[in-house]
Amino acid sequence: MAIAIILILLVVGSVIFHFMSPWYFTELASNWGDIDTTVTITFIVCGIVFVLANLFMAYCIIKFRNKSKDQRAAYEPENKKLESWLTIITSIGVVAMLAPGLVVWAKFVSPPDDAMIVEAVGQQWQWTFRLPGEDGRLGTVDARKISFQNPFGMNEEDPYGQDDILIPSSELHIPINRPIKFNLRSKDVLHNFTVPQFRVKMDLVPGMITWQWLTPTKLGTYDILCEELCGIAHHAMRGKVVVDDDEQYKAWLSEQKTYAQFASMQPGDAHAGKPLYQACAACHGLEGEGNQALNAPKISGQETWYLEHQLSNFKHGLRGSNPEDTYGQQMAPMAATLVDNAAIKNIAAYIQTLPDNPAPHTINGDVDNGKDLYETCGKCHGKQAQGKWAVNAPRIAGMSDWYLLTQLKNFKHGVRGNHPSDVRGKQMELMVVSLNDETMQDIIAYINSL
Amino acid sequence: MAHVALADKGQELAHPKTWIGAYVWSQDHKVIGIQYIITATLVGLVALALSAMMRLQLGFPGVFDLIQPNEYYSAVTMHGMIMVVFMLTAFFLGGFGNLLIPLMCGARDMAFPYMNMLSFWVYLASVIVLCASFFVPGGATGAGWTLYPPQAITEGSAGSGMGIILMLVSLALFIVAFTMGGLNYITTAFQARTRGMTLMRMPLSVWGIVMATILGLLAFPALLVAAIMMLLDALLGTSFFMPAISDLGEVSSTTGGTPILFQHLFWFFGHPEVYIVALPMFGIASDLISTHARKNIFGYRMMVWAIIAIGGLSFIVWAHHMYVSGMNPYFGFFFATTTLIIAVPTALKVYNWVLTLWQGNIHLNVPMLFAIGFIFTFIHGGITGLFLGNVAVDVPLSDTYFVIGHFHMVMGVSPFLIVFGGMYHWYPKFTGRMLNDTMGKIHFWVTFLGTYAIYLPMHYIGILGVPRRYFAYGSLDSFPDSVHVINTSITIAALIVGTAQLLFIYNLVWSLFKGEKASSNPWRATTLEWQTPDTPPKHGNWGPELPVVHRWAYSYSVPGAREDFIPQTEEPSENTKGDVH
Repeated sequence: MAIAIILILLVVGSVIFHFMSPWYFTELASNWGDIDTTVTITFIVCGIVFVLANLFMAYCIIKFRNKSKDQRAAYEPENKKLESWLTIITSIGVVAMLAPGLVVWAKFVSPPDDAMIVEAVGQQWQWTFRLPGEDGRLGTVDARKISFQNPFGMNEEDPYGQDDILIPSSELHIPINRPIKFNLRSKDVLHNFTVPQFRVKMDLVPGMITWQWLTPTKLGTYDILCEELCGIAHHAMRGKVVVDDDEQYKAWLSEQKTYAQFASMQPGDAHAGKPLYQACAACHGLEGEGNQALNAPKISGQETWYLEHQLSNFKHGLRGSNPEDTYGQQMAPMAATLVDNAAIKNIAAYIQTLPDNPAPHTINGDVDNGKDLYETCGKCHGKQAQGKWAVNAPRIAGMSDWYLLTQLKNFKHGVRGNHPSDVRGKQMELMVVSLNDETMQDIIAYINSL
Repeated sequence: MAHVALADKGQELAHPKTWIGAYVWSQDHKVIGIQYIITATLVGLVALALSAMMRLQLGFPGVFDLIQPNEYYSAVTMHGMIMVVFMLTAFFLGGFGNLLIPLMCGARDMAFPYMNMLSFWVYLASVIVLCASFFVPGGATGAGWTLYPPQAITEGSAGSGMGIILMLVSLALFIVAFTMGGLNYITTAFQARTRGMTLMRMPLSVWGIVMATILGLLAFPALLVAAIMMLLDALLGTSFFMPAISDLGEVSSTTGGTPILFQHLFWFFGHPEVYIVALPMFGIASDLISTHARKNIFGYRMMVWAIIAIGGLSFIVWAHHMYVSGMNPYFGFFFATTTLIIAVPTALKVYNWVLTLWQGNIHLNVPMLFAIGFIFTFIHGGITGLFLGNVAVDVPLSDTYFVIGHFHMVMGVSPFLIVFGGMYHWYPKFTGRMLNDTMGKIHFWVTFLGTYAIYLPMHYIGILGVPRRYFAYGSLDSFPDSVHVINTSITIAALIVGTAQLLFIYNLVWSLFKGEKASSNPWRATTLEWQTPDTPPKHGNWGPELPVVHRWAYSYSVPGAREDFIPQTEEPSENTKGDVH
């Protein structure tokens, strides 16, 4: 008997939960309201079946549960008529759900001819984007051409590619009310391009181009999530899409660079960087060896691209603006004195020329445990902790170990990586969730042993 | 005498002479079934522990710092693969299949007892290889239970070295074991039935298990070739599934392969696999409901045809797992249609269970509680399947927690409730003791209500868009903080449900020694396994003479009969003419 009452309560509770729970679709920001409608139709048809079938079962249990020794069940092997009716009614319900679903799908598979093309490029574990440029045509690409100098794998001979606009950032802007066809390309493994508010999603498959289309209908900034397990930092593969009005979009677009512009960019000039470095030397040392007493880490031997990125972060407030980040706050005004990107590049180029002597070890821990834990870290930072440009992971071996510890703690406690635009910092925050002070030291002890 | 069972043709069973021969290298289907059940249960407990680790991470991020991303994704993968293949498939087919098929068909043993024994030992080897992968450098594979390449074998995934290789080897071994067992189940059911046991008199449990085995023999080869091809990709550098890629900045040597091919092979196996678990579940549920409601299963013939139809259709719906995989989107029309068609026979089965209760004489014994709980969870999991099967509806829900909620209701909770129901039901036959009722009831209520508390909210955070397989969420603008709150509550419910399973294990062991002694037919059931001369049945099952079957398996509450059940072995009499079958 209890089971019958519980069944009734579960049915009533589920229906109440459906209407009262705070969790339902996010506010729609695209043209795919039809998808929401098909979901609603399915909820109605299935909801009716759920309620009726379970209440009928509860009724049977109450009415026909064994109450006395003499009770006998009815004997009815089958009932052709009833079975036929049930088949027909079920089929009608199925058609009621399937038909609208297929109509919406017909729309899904037919992108409008005038749709604007945007290429979303996925890789472990970040998003970048490419626009066709003035000729309206994307240049050809090849995964085998991907390198540090050519992260998009552009085919340098293809004339259509020269004016392609490359967006080496995980933030994409798109104009409102214009149909957009996203061409989806992966450099390495499967990924999935999802913006919950747009409803549609599609996998990225290496070796082929997949696509989806939508028309953004609401201004705002939305999360891009990867929804196909793509390795150990899958959960940290995030981006933003900003839906702009036409003017904002044009302004944003005008700041972006073409492939030709990227290709002709000058590398940093170490000679020009030397005088600029004098300000740095006060804390980081003449040879960039670092000074723990001043909380200045070793910077010699660090990858140029990483130094540039961090200097830019400090300069633009992505790092060092958090009041809890005392030492970062000291660095921010120093970086602010660098007038432009060229200055940043020059300094980084100069640091590259400094002698690279391993920093002294100051932290001890359980090396064996650290080795197991480092399995996760090593995927990006490399087995020898030498860093990997492709995943934006800096070198961590032979650098100031006390600084690593501070930064791990900062990531864990949201002191670093908390700025909405510091996507790479955020990734670290999402990777160190389950580390504590002790395990952090174990990891660093292992890195020291490399 | 139209049909003579193989076991009746005078050849002797090899009776064991030693303890080891009787209980270790045993060829007795009952011992092998129990060996399967014990192994599947143990490896199931490993998978349960893995889910507890995942839930602690999700419910209390940063508090229980038990696992890092590497181990988390290994846990996700191993939990899924163990539960689906090494626990549920092995339990239903190797466990219940071995225990029930010969007894329910009236055979002395499986058709090929020696191969049956080998089946178990190869299965055990596959489990050992699988568990060994936890201890190799890099840990167990973290590619997700679908093992999608390229990530399964590229550097950026957990266990992409030895971990994935051991997984693939283990699967290959499992398939060998399954094939040896499966040929037995089918041959026994089709060739070794006793006199009078026509196909349309077989209990639905046998129908479900046999049909599932046929699906397995047709579906597992697709997985086997996929596993072999991936092994070649991983070890010899072939490019079956591998296009040219830039693997963490290094250009691969592979070129021209396609990961989508793997997905087709995987799901050509993977979807029938759902029914490999579901069909035995349907069959056993039918028998539990009928026996404890003291009423024939409603629409027996339709139930049989539904099992066959579902089995057939299950081979043409696989790509509904791939709507957003990047395959040609036009496939969506076909697979959405076939998928929703399969809902019709499935729904009919549900109606027939409920209609069996109608005008029944329902005894709310522990197995019946589990069966009723199963109907509820299966309805829930079935209708959410209609969301995911319908291509346009699937798009926003794919790869979110809605999917997790759906398949745990339909393929986790539902089959487990039937596994438990079956264990409470048949334990007395195979041990001679009843399982403790009080512990059984506590186990049922905690499991039934607890799992609903876990999985109902998952559907809704899935609709919100919360992605599955995330180690940590951090803060996301798209989702409210309440998602963290519900994640914590889901974890608490999961830990309670997990603990309740230990009570079940305790009950299994405790009752073996202290349980109430069982009569040979405690549930007053009609089917042959309850009519054995000994309880537990001896090697060879039936004394000197095989039983002879005179009626179908569902002669409950036949008008005019003295009792409310008539065993299948009872000869027709004047009083029970109304029993048409």
